[in-house]
Amino acid sequence: MAARGTASKSTPKAASKKASKTTRATASGARPDTAQALWDSVKRGDASLSEGDTLQAYKDMLLIRRFEERTGQMYGMGVIGGFCHLYIGQEAVVTGVKMALEEGDQIITSYRDHGHMLAMGMDPKGVMAELTGREGGYSRGKGGSMHMFSVDKGFFGGHGIVGAQVPIGTGLAFANAYRDNGQVAAAFFGEGASNQGQVYEAFNMAELWKLPVIYVIENNGYAMGTSLQRSAAETHLYKRGRSFNIPGEEVDGMDVAQVREASMRAARWCREGNGPIILEMKTYRYRGHSMSDPAKYRSKDEVQKVRAEHDPIDMVRDRILKAGWAGEDDLKKMDRAVKDVVSAAAEFAQESPEPQAEELWTDIYAPLGGHD
Amino acid sequence: MPTNITMPALSPTMEEGTLAKWLVSEGDSVAAGDVIAEIETDKATMEVEAVDEGVIGKLVVAEGTEAVPVNDVIAVLLEDGEDAAALDAAPSPPAATPPADTGPNDHAPPATQDAAAQDAAAQDAAALDTSTLVEPDIPSGVALKSVTVREALRDAMAEEMRADDAVFVIGEEVAEYQGAYKVTQGLLEEFGARRVIDTPITEHGFAGIGVGAAFAGLRPVVEFMTFNFAMQAIDQIVNSAAKTRYMSGGEISCPIVFRGPNGAAARVAAQHSQDYTAWYAHVPGLIVIAPYSAADAKGLLKAAIRDPNPVIFLENEVLYGKTFDVPDTDDWVVPIGKAKVLKPGRDVTIVSHSHGLTYVMDALADLEAAGIDAEVIDLRTIRPLDKQAVIASVQKTNRCVTVEEGWSICGIGSEISAILMQDAFDYLDAPVMRVTGKDVPMPYAANLEKLALPSVADVVTAVKAVTYK
Repeated sequence: MAARGTASKSTPKAASKKASKTTRATASGARPDTAQALWDSVKRGDASLSEGDTLQAYKDMLLIRRFEERTGQMYGMGVIGGFCHLYIGQEAVVTGVKMALEEGDQIITSYRDHGHMLAMGMDPKGVMAELTGREGGYSRGKGGSMHMFSVDKGFFGGHGIVGAQVPIGTGLAFANAYRDNGQVAAAFFGEGASNQGQVYEAFNMAELWKLPVIYVIENNGYAMGTSLQRSAAETHLYKRGRSFNIPGEEVDGMDVAQVREASMRAARWCREGNGPIILEMKTYRYRGHSMSDPAKYRSKDEVQKVRAEHDPIDMVRDRILKAGWAGEDDLKKMDRAVKDVVSAAAEFAQESPEPQAEELWTDIYAPLGGHD
Repeated sequence: MPTNITMPALSPTMEEGTLAKWLVSEGDSVAAGDVIAEIETDKATMEVEAVDEGVIGKLVVAEGTEAVPVNDVIAVLLEDGEDAAALDAAPSPPAATPPADTGPNDHAPPATQDAAAQDAAAQDAAALDTSTLVEPDIPSGVALKSVTVREALRDAMAEEMRADDAVFVIGEEVAEYQGAYKVTQGLLEEFGARRVIDTPITEHGFAGIGVGAAFAGLRPVVEFMTFNFAMQAIDQIVNSAAKTRYMSGGEISCPIVFRGPNGAAARVAAQHSQDYTAWYAHVPGLIVIAPYSAADAKGLLKAAIRDPNPVIFLENEVLYGKTFDVPDTDDWVVPIGKAKVLKPGRDVTIVSHSHGLTYVMDALADLEAAGIDAEVIDLRTIRPLDKQAVIASVQKTNRCVTVEEGWSICGIGSEISAILMQDAFDYLDAPVMRVTGKDVPMPYAANLEKLALPSVADVVTAVKAVTYK
């Protein structure tokens, strides 16, 4: 499906192999003339989750939360060093996006990345052992909290420079378009990163070349200690693609069902060759920016209110109980099982040896003069 | 079983803190995430959250206590249903297993000479082994053809693009304009817009897109109109392209070539005339190539495109139009990491690269007239540097002059000098002399620009100085 006939001649043809037809609800049947209007005309799917999906989402989010709580605890014990950014409160975002992705799709994110790894199916033991800087870690202890990767699971990091993952993620999408393989890349970044110049350089080329990339802005309200209102002239970040003709949508990032539904539409949009799309996930982090953040820039009441009224995990839990898909005891059992996984990861991460001294000198270069 | 709550480290450097305030009492139920205490560090007051649900069994450290060491037990948490009697069974602190062998000096650098030598050996062995590389022979039956550096570079790209669909060229004006310096001339016509891609003026963005495409297994050749503009993109080059293989424990490779003209152009002033060789040569994870001749430009660019590592390929605008003999074959690949002796000699070793060699070659007649037989080494690859070639030559000549267009401070000549001090000190009969660009931004005025660059006279003077002539 060609988009608006404005693609540059240099366009690597965006993928369409796997595309299924999007249902459009245009009253007249005529094609809307801006990307935003076209996006708005795409019929919304059913945002309710099936029993199986709900229970799975609950489990996946719980794993992230318990993992991050344990991470915070181990940081406090001095077992984890350096910078460490927890994802607690934002679990629904990556969990919902992942539910919309297909095998072979890729994601990339910033340094608040443990949740993304777990959502992509990376082994909690390997993630935790990287946090402790041990041999059993995904990067064999050389990357730490902010730098882990798994090509196999479609996870391309793990990037420490705010905003740098956005052009790189756009490059992953470029490769998909170049190969015409029908895959989609999702580039996650915070609302703080959305003020970086390179983000807009990437936006421009992504739309110019109709690259299949979902820009997922995780708007948790604070870039370190600077609130969105104090840093953004336009606080509706889903509009940030307007001058590039990239459509956007605001999504309740605390509701995994809403995240999944919007992401499904977005992924289909990309696969059909419409180019990039921006999803602004309104979310919230309960913890500080990093472990050493005293969080004096917001009130405790503000945090408590979100936790009490709009917690992504509690909301799903309530739905499960209300629908009778599981009882309190079942959920407790599930919680116990998740805790066991996390405990095993924590144990592994402390038992795994530190990397050998020789590791200092490995992985700087691939062997010279040949393909990897 | 009861869980110990320990004094948390709230920053990478915190060792102790003041337990300012308890927000819970013994017997209170808490859920994971509840704030239970406030702790003062030297930087700020921080909140401590419960990491598990349960009942506060005991507050071990009273509020107001100062200098509580990190990891000391400050409270004990009971599971639902446990009573305080279980406290006696609580495990003793600290709960954490410290990493093995983490004495305070464990990470100190090796102090002895031997250790330093081992360290260097490990570095050489583990980084890039160039010891077995040999200059390729020109295959029999292959004729030499007169080709400009510009055409040689284009031929290298075209041949590699024919051989591998994953190779593509991306940059400003590379396609329809045929290259700002006409290096990509004809590529669009042969390979089409899918593989020869014009970008907007957006270096940081397209460098990052190239890195992402390389992470995904493509082989981008990213052209910077000049390396002066690559400064906009240097974060993606250094932080993303160079370091990711290491940070990922070898999981991710970045087979990308960043190429374009580097160094002084003519009469374009300071922002458009700068030599970045030393900048990139400083970075582990990058390969840095700066060829002089057309044959090396072609053979090394082909090697760079085939290489699985990120390569900085520094061309020179002034050299683009120069003609050299190039083997007339599409299988001419020059090994990365191997210097070349352009002219053998007995009296002094002159080490240079890229356009620096034009001053050297032009100085040879004067040197010969002065009775000096100079050996000229073209480094070709700056990282990994072919130390052995330089050392072997100096062991023969006992004197060395380096010539580069870049600034002197922390330049390539500085590195060569250090290598010779360390590894060939006993062979040196004179101090190593550096001929470099002057330590000033490039001026516009024709006479000043000439003064700012190295000159044939500078080379002759330096060589005469080290040969005591």
